[in-house]
Amino acid sequence: MEAFAELWQFLFVILLLIMAFFTGSIAERRHYKSIIRREGALGDMVVIVAKTLPPMSPAPATALVRGSVVISVDYFKRFLARLRMIFGGRIHTYESLLDRARREAILRMQEQARELGATMIFNMRFETSSISKGRKDAVGTVEVLAYGTAVIPPG
Amino acid sequence: MITSTLETVPDRVIREHLGIVQGSTVRAKHIGRDLMAGLKNIVGGELKGYTELLSEARDEAFARMIEQATAKGANAVINVRFSTSSVTQGASEILAYGSAVIVE
Repeated sequence: MEAFAELWQFLFVILLLIMAFFTGSIAERRHYKSIIRREGALGDMVVIVAKTLPPMSPAPATALVRGSVVISVDYFKRFLARLRMIFGGRIHTYESLLDRARREAILRMQEQARELGATMIFNMRFETSSISKGRKDAVGTVEVLAYGTAVIPPG
Repeated sequence: MITSTLETVPDRVIREHLGIVQGSTVRAKHIGRDLMAGLKNIVGGELKGYTELLSEARDEAFARMIEQATAKGANAVINVRFSTSSVTQGASEILAYGSAVIVE
Protein backbone atom coordinates (compact mmCIF):
# COMPACT_ATOMS: atom_id res chain seq x y z
CA MET A 1 0.00 0.00 0.00
CA GLU A 2 2.81 2.36 0.87
CA ALA A 3 4.65 1.56 -2.31
CA PHE A 4 1.46 2.30 -4.20
CA ALA A 5 1.15 5.73 -2.59
CA GLU A 6 4.75 6.47 -3.42
CA LEU A 7 4.20 5.50 -7.01
CA TRP A 8 1.23 7.86 -7.16
CA GLN A 9 3.32 10.66 -5.79
CA PHE A 10 6.02 10.00 -8.34
CA LEU A 11 3.50 9.97 -11.18
CA PHE A 12 1.98 13.23 -9.93
CA VAL A 13 5.36 14.95 -10.02
CA ILE A 14 6.03 13.65 -13.53
CA LEU A 15 2.60 14.88 -14.63
CA LEU A 16 3.26 18.31 -13.10
CA LEU A 17 6.62 18.48 -14.87
CA ILE A 18 5.07 17.65 -18.24
CA MET A 19 2.25 20.15 -17.75
CA ALA A 20 4.66 22.86 -16.59
CA PHE A 21 6.93 22.20 -19.57
CA PHE A 22 4.10 22.99 -22.01
CA THR A 23 2.44 25.88 -20.16
CA GLY A 24 5.82 27.42 -19.35
CA SER A 25 7.18 27.32 -22.88
CA ILE A 26 3.91 28.65 -24.31
CA ALA A 27 3.93 31.50 -21.78
CA GLU A 28 7.55 32.31 -22.53
CA ARG A 29 7.07 32.30 -26.31
CA ARG A 30 4.00 34.51 -26.00
CA HIS A 31 5.80 36.90 -23.71
CA TYR A 32 8.80 37.23 -26.04
CA LYS A 33 6.46 37.87 -28.97
CA SER A 34 4.73 40.68 -27.09
CA ILE A 35 8.07 42.12 -25.91
CA ILE A 36 9.50 42.20 -29.43
CA ARG A 37 6.34 43.78 -30.85
CA ARG A 38 6.22 46.50 -28.18
CA GLU A 39 9.95 47.15 -28.39
CA GLY A 40 9.46 47.83 -32.08
CA ALA A 41 6.65 50.29 -31.35
CA LEU A 42 8.66 52.10 -28.65
CA GLY A 43 11.95 52.04 -30.55
CA ASP A 44 12.14 55.83 -30.85
CA MET A 45 11.99 56.29 -27.07
CA VAL A 46 15.69 56.39 -26.22
CA VAL A 47 16.70 55.17 -22.78
CA ILE A 48 20.06 56.46 -21.54
CA VAL A 49 22.01 55.71 -18.39
CA ALA A 50 23.96 59.01 -18.50
CA LYS A 51 23.53 61.26 -15.48
CA THR A 52 23.69 64.73 -17.01
CA LEU A 53 21.31 66.18 -19.56
CA PRO A 54 22.92 67.83 -22.57
CA PRO A 55 22.08 71.53 -22.76
CA MET A 56 18.71 71.86 -24.48
CA SER A 57 16.93 74.99 -25.53
CA PRO A 58 14.18 75.52 -24.53
CA ALA A 59 14.68 73.62 -21.29
CA PRO A 60 12.57 70.43 -21.06
CA ALA A 61 10.36 69.38 -18.18
CA THR A 62 11.30 66.19 -16.33
CA ALA A 63 9.29 63.55 -14.52
CA LEU A 64 10.12 60.37 -12.69
CA VAL A 65 8.81 57.27 -14.46
CA ARG A 66 8.96 53.64 -13.48
CA GLY A 67 7.85 50.21 -14.57
CA SER A 68 7.94 46.95 -12.69
CA VAL A 69 7.06 43.31 -13.09
CA VAL A 70 6.98 40.22 -10.88
CA ILE A 71 7.57 37.10 -12.91
CA SER A 72 8.04 33.43 -12.13
CA VAL A 73 9.54 30.44 -13.91
CA ASP A 74 7.51 27.27 -14.23
CA TYR A 75 7.92 24.06 -12.27
CA PHE A 76 9.81 22.30 -15.07
CA LYS A 77 12.42 25.03 -15.41
CA ARG A 78 12.83 25.20 -11.67
CA PHE A 79 13.45 21.46 -11.71
CA LEU A 80 16.12 21.88 -14.42
CA ALA A 81 17.72 24.70 -12.44
CA ARG A 82 17.88 22.53 -9.36
CA LEU A 83 19.66 19.83 -11.36
CA ARG A 84 22.07 22.49 -12.63
CA MET A 85 22.88 23.47 -9.08
CA ILE A 86 24.34 20.04 -8.48
CA PHE A 87 26.80 20.25 -11.38
CA GLY A 88 27.23 24.02 -11.59
CA GLY A 89 27.35 26.12 -14.72
CA ARG A 90 24.98 28.37 -16.60
CA ILE A 91 21.32 28.20 -15.75
CA HIS A 92 19.75 29.12 -19.07
CA THR A 93 16.20 28.99 -17.77
CA TYR A 94 16.83 31.71 -15.21
CA GLU A 95 18.75 33.81 -17.72
CA SER A 96 15.73 34.00 -19.97
CA LEU A 97 13.50 34.76 -16.97
CA LEU A 98 15.60 37.77 -15.98
CA ASP A 99 15.93 38.90 -19.58
CA ARG A 100 12.16 38.88 -19.97
CA ALA A 101 11.62 40.66 -16.65
CA ARG A 102 14.11 43.44 -17.43
CA ARG A 103 12.79 44.06 -20.93
CA GLU A 104 9.21 44.07 -19.66
CA ALA A 105 10.06 46.55 -16.89
CA ILE A 106 11.75 48.89 -19.39
CA LEU A 107 8.75 48.65 -21.71
CA ARG A 108 6.33 49.56 -18.93
CA MET A 109 8.51 52.51 -17.98
CA GLN A 110 8.64 53.64 -21.62
CA GLU A 111 4.87 53.31 -21.94
CA GLN A 112 4.42 55.55 -18.89
CA ALA A 113 6.87 58.07 -20.36
CA ARG A 114 5.05 58.07 -23.68
CA GLU A 115 1.78 58.90 -21.92
CA LEU A 116 3.50 61.97 -20.46
CA GLY A 117 4.65 63.02 -23.91
CA ALA A 118 8.34 62.29 -23.23
CA THR A 119 10.88 61.61 -25.96
CA MET A 120 13.77 60.29 -23.86
CA ILE A 121 14.51 58.70 -20.51
CA PHE A 122 17.67 59.68 -18.67
CA ASN A 123 19.59 58.02 -15.86
CA MET A 124 17.67 54.76 -15.95
CA ARG A 125 18.32 52.35 -13.08
CA PHE A 126 17.42 48.75 -12.42
CA GLU A 127 16.44 47.23 -9.13
CA THR A 128 16.11 43.47 -8.89
CA SER A 129 14.85 41.53 -5.92
CA SER A 130 13.83 37.95 -5.40
CA ILE A 131 10.42 37.45 -3.86
CA SER A 132 10.07 35.03 -0.93
CA LYS A 133 13.76 34.76 -0.34
CA GLY A 134 14.51 31.88 1.96
CA ARG A 135 11.55 29.77 0.97
CA LYS A 136 12.99 26.74 -0.73
CA ASP A 137 10.30 26.10 -3.33
CA ALA A 138 9.87 29.73 -4.29
CA VAL A 139 13.24 30.39 -5.90
CA GLY A 140 12.71 31.71 -9.38
CA THR A 141 10.29 34.53 -8.70
CA VAL A 142 11.86 37.90 -9.29
CA GLU A 143 10.75 41.48 -9.24
CA VAL A 144 12.46 43.87 -11.59
CA LEU A 145 11.95 47.61 -11.34
CA ALA A 146 13.20 50.05 -13.96
CA TYR A 147 13.07 53.75 -13.22
CA GLY A 148 14.41 56.91 -14.71
CA THR A 149 13.77 60.53 -15.56
CA ALA A 150 11.52 61.19 -18.54
CA VAL A 151 12.50 64.23 -20.58
CA ILE A 152 9.44 66.06 -21.86
CA PRO A 153 10.05 68.72 -24.52
CA PRO A 154 7.94 71.85 -23.97
CA GLY A 155 4.88 72.46 -26.10
CA MET B 1 7.27 69.01 -6.32
CA ILE B 2 9.85 68.09 -8.95
CA THR B 3 11.30 64.59 -8.64
CA SER B 4 14.15 63.29 -10.72
CA THR B 5 16.84 60.65 -10.87
CA LEU B 6 19.20 63.28 -12.27
CA GLU B 7 21.52 65.47 -10.22
CA THR B 8 20.16 68.70 -11.61
CA VAL B 9 16.86 70.17 -12.72
CA PRO B 10 17.05 71.56 -16.27
CA ASP B 11 17.11 75.35 -16.46
CA ARG B 12 16.90 75.73 -12.67
CA VAL B 13 19.55 76.63 -10.14
CA ILE B 14 19.81 74.73 -6.88
CA ARG B 15 19.63 77.34 -4.11
CA GLU B 16 19.85 75.13 -1.09
CA HIS B 17 20.44 71.50 -0.11
CA LEU B 18 18.19 70.32 2.70
CA GLY B 19 19.63 66.86 3.18
CA ILE B 20 18.38 63.36 2.57
CA VAL B 21 14.69 62.51 2.64
CA GLN B 22 13.31 59.00 2.65
CA GLY B 23 10.10 57.08 2.79
CA SER B 24 9.62 53.39 3.33
CA THR B 25 6.95 50.80 3.85
CA VAL B 26 6.95 47.13 4.78
CA ARG B 27 4.30 45.02 3.11
CA ALA B 28 3.21 41.49 3.77
CA LYS B 29 1.65 39.38 1.09
CA HIS B 30 -2.04 38.67 0.83
CA ILE B 31 -3.18 35.08 1.30
CA GLY B 32 -5.39 35.13 -1.82
CA ARG B 33 -2.53 36.49 -3.84
CA ASP B 34 -0.28 33.82 -2.38
CA LEU B 35 -2.59 31.07 -3.60
CA MET B 36 -2.53 32.45 -7.13
CA ALA B 37 1.21 32.84 -6.85
CA GLY B 38 1.50 29.17 -5.88
CA LEU B 39 -0.28 28.24 -9.09
CA LYS B 40 1.81 30.61 -11.18
CA ASN B 41 4.93 29.11 -9.63
CA ILE B 42 3.97 25.88 -11.38
CA VAL B 43 2.76 27.13 -14.76
CA GLY B 44 5.07 30.15 -14.99
CA GLY B 45 4.29 33.73 -15.98
CA GLU B 46 3.64 37.11 -14.46
CA LEU B 47 2.28 37.34 -10.90
CA LYS B 48 0.04 40.34 -11.51
CA GLY B 49 -1.12 40.48 -7.89
CA TYR B 50 2.44 40.93 -6.68
CA THR B 51 3.27 43.45 -9.38
CA GLU B 52 0.32 45.55 -8.17
CA LEU B 53 1.13 45.02 -4.51
CA LEU B 54 4.72 46.17 -4.90
CA SER B 55 3.71 49.03 -7.14
CA GLU B 56 1.23 50.28 -4.54
CA ALA B 57 3.85 49.91 -1.84
CA ARG B 58 6.30 51.92 -3.91
CA ASP B 59 3.70 54.66 -4.42
CA GLU B 60 3.29 54.85 -0.67
CA ALA B 61 7.02 54.95 0.05
CA PHE B 62 7.38 57.65 -2.57
CA ALA B 63 4.51 59.68 -1.07
CA ARG B 64 6.14 59.48 2.36
CA MET B 65 9.40 60.73 0.94
CA ILE B 66 7.58 63.67 -0.69
CA GLU B 67 5.84 64.39 2.62
CA GLN B 68 9.20 64.61 4.36
CA ALA B 69 10.57 66.87 1.65
CA THR B 70 7.53 69.16 1.90
CA ALA B 71 7.96 69.35 5.68
CA LYS B 72 11.54 70.52 5.13
CA GLY B 73 10.34 73.21 2.77
CA ALA B 74 11.85 71.71 -0.37
CA ASN B 75 10.36 72.10 -3.81
CA ALA B 76 12.29 69.31 -5.50
CA VAL B 77 13.81 65.92 -4.72
CA ILE B 78 16.76 65.02 -6.90
CA ASN B 79 18.81 61.87 -7.30
CA VAL B 80 15.88 59.67 -6.28
CA ARG B 81 16.65 55.97 -5.79
CA PHE B 82 14.48 52.97 -5.01
CA SER B 83 15.53 49.97 -3.01
CA THR B 84 13.83 46.71 -2.10
CA SER B 85 14.74 44.17 0.52
CA SER B 86 12.95 41.19 1.93
CA VAL B 87 12.70 41.52 5.68
CA THR B 88 11.27 38.11 6.44
CA GLN B 89 9.71 35.42 4.33
CA GLY B 90 6.64 36.89 2.71
CA ALA B 91 7.29 40.54 3.48
CA SER B 92 9.31 43.16 1.65
CA GLU B 93 10.54 46.58 2.55
CA ILE B 94 10.29 49.21 -0.14
CA LEU B 95 12.44 52.30 0.26
CA ALA B 96 12.57 55.52 -1.73
CA TYR B 97 15.18 58.16 -0.97
CA GLY B 98 16.70 61.28 -2.46
CA SER B 99 18.13 64.72 -1.81
CA ALA B 100 15.66 67.46 -0.91
CA VAL B 101 16.58 70.77 -2.52
CA ILE B 102 15.18 74.20 -3.17
CA VAL B 103 15.44 75.18 -6.82
CA GLU B 104 14.53 78.37 -8.57
